[in-house]
Formats: sequence, structure tokens, C-alpha cells
Amino acid sequence: MTLAELLISTLKIVGLISVVLPLIAYSVVAERRISAAIQDRVGPNRVGPFGLLQPLADGVKFLLKEDFTPSYVNKVYFWMAPALAMIPSFVVFAVIPFGSMLFGEKMVVADLNVGILFTFAIVSLSVYGIVLAGYASNSKYPFLGGIRSSAQMISYEIAMGMSVIPLFMLTSDPVFFSQGLSESWNQFLMGTSDLNLSRIIAYQSGSFFDWLIFKQPLAFIIFLAAAFAETNRLPFDLPESETELVAGYHTEYSSMKFALFFLGEYAAMIAASSLMVVLFLGGWSLPLWGLDQPADNVFLGLLHIIIFFSKVSLFMVFFIWIRWTLPRFRYDQLMNLGWKRFLPLSLANIIVTAIWLWFKS
Amino acid sequence: MIVERKELTLLEKTYLPGIAQGIRITTKHFIDTVTGRRKVTMQYPEEKWTVPDGYRGAPYLVKDQEGRTKCVSCQLCEFICPPKAIKITPPGPSVNSALGGVEKCPEDFEINMLRCIFCGMCQEVCPEEAIFLMRDYSLTGESREEMIYHKDKLLTLGGTHQDAIQKWKKKESEAQAQAPFH
Repeated sequence: MTLAELLISTLKIVGLISVVLPLIAYSVVAERRISAAIQDRVGPNRVGPFGLLQPLADGVKFLLKEDFTPSYVNKVYFWMAPALAMIPSFVVFAVIPFGSMLFGEKMVVADLNVGILFTFAIVSLSVYGIVLAGYASNSKYPFLGGIRSSAQMISYEIAMGMSVIPLFMLTSDPVFFSQGLSESWNQFLMGTSDLNLSRIIAYQSGSFFDWLIFKQPLAFIIFLAAAFAETNRLPFDLPESETELVAGYHTEYSSMKFALFFLGEYAAMIAASSLMVVLFLGGWSLPLWGLDQPADNVFLGLLHIIIFFSKVSLFMVFFIWIRWTLPRFRYDQLMNLGWKRFLPLSLANIIVTAIWLWFKS
Repeated sequence: MIVERKELTLLEKTYLPGIAQGIRITTKHFIDTVTGRRKVTMQYPEEKWTVPDGYRGAPYLVKDQEGRTKCVSCQLCEFICPPKAIKITPPGPSVNSALGGVEKCPEDFEINMLRCIFCGMCQEVCPEEAIFLMRDYSLTGESREEMIYHKDKLLTLGGTHQDAIQKWKKKESEAQAQAPFH
């Protein structure tokens, strides 16, 4: 890797982080304002106009609070857990194409040909932070939270992985990629192979009905539910479940360590949303006004990034909305849903897609 | 009582109708709150509550139309006050002729607003209609001393009472009529 490449990658990382971090901060504000509106309340509206500077106040509060470490915890793991919970959520962003081209550069930090496998590998790491937090806290409630988290992650990871297989069965279509695409796309996809996330976006260009949400609705529903479970959001927030486990795995945490868990949860939500946007909603493309082609100038490049983050924001609002709509699933219902419904359904979806592809060819 | 638990239909078992219904309810609440159709919260320091009639707020002393203090230091309110919040310093036998015919005007009248329970017994017991529970409900101060309201403050806050009897005016005119016989 040359120095220039290193510099460009660094710039991309800095750029991406400087978009994702404010997005996290404002999803927290959105969460609080939307939940307030749903519950006929007002929500935080005092800091700055319409409460828009609330994240600043929250951040200062988290920094200034006492960082308390109970005497009975396992100190090494206790300190390690928040970092382990947060880092994987940010690493996932490395392979997500958040825009097409800007200044002749592909807008993805690491254009890996094993993109989707990489995300699954990293996403499943985030459970370690939670389990470790529960274990290191050396107290009942965090421990229960940690156990639940590991069981939940295993149950939904499989269904999630299975649900995206039909997508790649569809998109590894050699005929489409040799004939169906424009010159700019062919140039854009040069040197990529079947599991590259840019290819998925290329496959979804054309019209709204080329989006995989319409071609694979069942896969989308399974993936969506699994994403809720993976990010520990209601209705599947059993590791946290504040009504029964105090605060679940982060009961013993305070100050900035707690903030890291918090940050990690929202980063994971944004990562899951980005993944869903790429896999099912056409990523940065929009099948209107020729926006489904890779950008050839700066204006279009920026527009693609804006489109991508708007779609992500829509998903974030959906995540928040569902949290304030549905009650928590019971533990056995959660397991039932994961193993007895989603897993067989996703397997059936693979077979049905395979039969359909076989008939078509 | 035996509650009959119905077997869920296949559609209900997918959770989808329940989810759709839930989203419908939350959406309705969201829209109603955002458009201001349902308004529950009052933005307190900016918007203030209209106190209903007969509300028992802080007790203050009143003057009559001509600015005379109505209290005559009978100390009935001090006696009846359940939390012992009132303390009156009576003037003693000396008469201050500068007060326009007012007799027994208290030298000091203290109400400790931290002790006061706003029961209204002082108002009920007062034979001179000199103390009333008014509409103030938000009393603040930076020290305990500040929360003990003295006579001057109580009179300023209490304002004027439109008194039909005007006892002191009558007394004064009577005194003036008898003046030659002194």
C-alpha cells in the first residue's frame, strides 16, 4: 500500500466517522423526541433551538459523571467490555459502500470482495462485549443479561445469514453482469466478484422494482427481525430489559463506560440500517433522474452520499418507532421465533429461489 | 371467574396484525402530538396555569381602600395556625396616632412560608377579614430567612381589600365628631 492510498483511506475513514458520529448523536435526540411524541410528551427541547444541542449536553454529562468501578468486578474484563461492544459496530462500516464515486475514488473504505462475509464475521463479535460485561460485572442481573444476549445472538445470527443467501443467488447472475449494465457500471465494478456489496447495488439499479425488498420480501422481513435482535432493540432487548434486569449487562457501568455501550448500540443500529439499505433498498442509488449510475462529477457523488444516509435515517426512525410500539417478547417466544420460524422460513426461501432460478435458466 | 383463552388464528400467530395495529396507534399519537391536536404538557415557566377560584395559595395581609392595615393583632390566627407558621408582635399599650385611627396595628407579622400548609384556617378565624389566602403557589427564596415573610412584604403582596364595612374610617369620623369634648 503506497502512502497516497493510505492517505486516501485515512481521509475516507475520517469522513465516514465524522458523518456517523453526529448521526448517532442525533438518533439519540430523535429517539427521545419521537418517543415523547408517541407518548403525548414533549421531550428534550431546552438545549438550543428545538433541543438540537442536546447531544452536547449529554456528552458533557457523560464525561463529567463519576466513573465508578465496583470493588467486586473483574477489573481487566470490566474495562475491556465497553470497547469490545463498540468497536465491531464501527468496523462494519469499513465495507459498506456509502456513496458511488467522489474525486475518482470509490466511496467505500475497504472494497472487499468478501464484503458480506466480513460484515457477518464482525457483527457477531459485538456479542463478546456484552457477554464480557455481564461476566466481568460479577453480579446477578448483568450476568443474566449476558447469558440472554449470547443465546439470542446465536439464534438470530443463523437466520440472518440464511436470509441473505437468496439475494446472492440472484445477484451472482453472470448474464446480467456481462450484458445488463451500462458502461459506467462496468467500469465501476471492474475487479469485483460476487460477494462484493457494490455488485448488489448494481443489481438493484434500473427501477424501484429491481430493489431486492420487492424481489425477496420474505428475506427482508427475516433480516429486519434478526437485525432488531442483533442490535438488542425492542421487541428483542432481552439482554437489557430494564423492567426485569435493572439495566441488564450494563447495570454496573457508569459515566463514559456506559456511554460507550450506548454509542455501540446506536452505531450497531446504524450499521444494521446501512446493511439493509445496501442489501434491500438499492444502497446509494435511486432509480430516478439517472441517479442509479455511478457518479461522474462531485455534485452527483455528494448527492449519492446524501441519498444513502437519508435511507439509513429512514431505517433509524423505523427502529425507533418499533421500539415505542411493541412490548418485549418473552424469552421462550424469542427462541421459538428464531429457531422454529425464521430458520425454516429462510431455508425454504433458499430452496424456492433456487427452484425459480432453475426454471428460469 | 374462568377466562377463556382463545386459540390464535394462523394470521395472529405471525404477530403481523398485532404489529400493524400497534403502529397504527403510535402513529396516531405521534401525529396528534406533533400537529398540536393533543396537548398535555404545559411549558411551565413560559406558560402559566390559571388558578381556579377558591384556590388556597399563600396567605397575605390586606389593607382597606384607604391604605390602612386591617389586622388588629388579636392573635387568633397565630393561635389556630396548625403548623405554627404565624408569629405576631403586638404593639402594646402605646397608640401610634400617625396611623389614621388604626388601633393595635401589629408591630410585626411573620408568616414562615416553609411551615405554612395553606389550610386557610387563619382566613377563616380572622374577625377583621385582614388575612386572605391568595393565588400565589410558587414561593421561592435562597435562604430560610428569606422564606419568613414579614409585615411589609405581606401587606405589599396582599394589596387592597374592597372592604364594605370600613371600620377604621367609621372610627375616625366618630372620633372627629367627638373632638370638641376632649
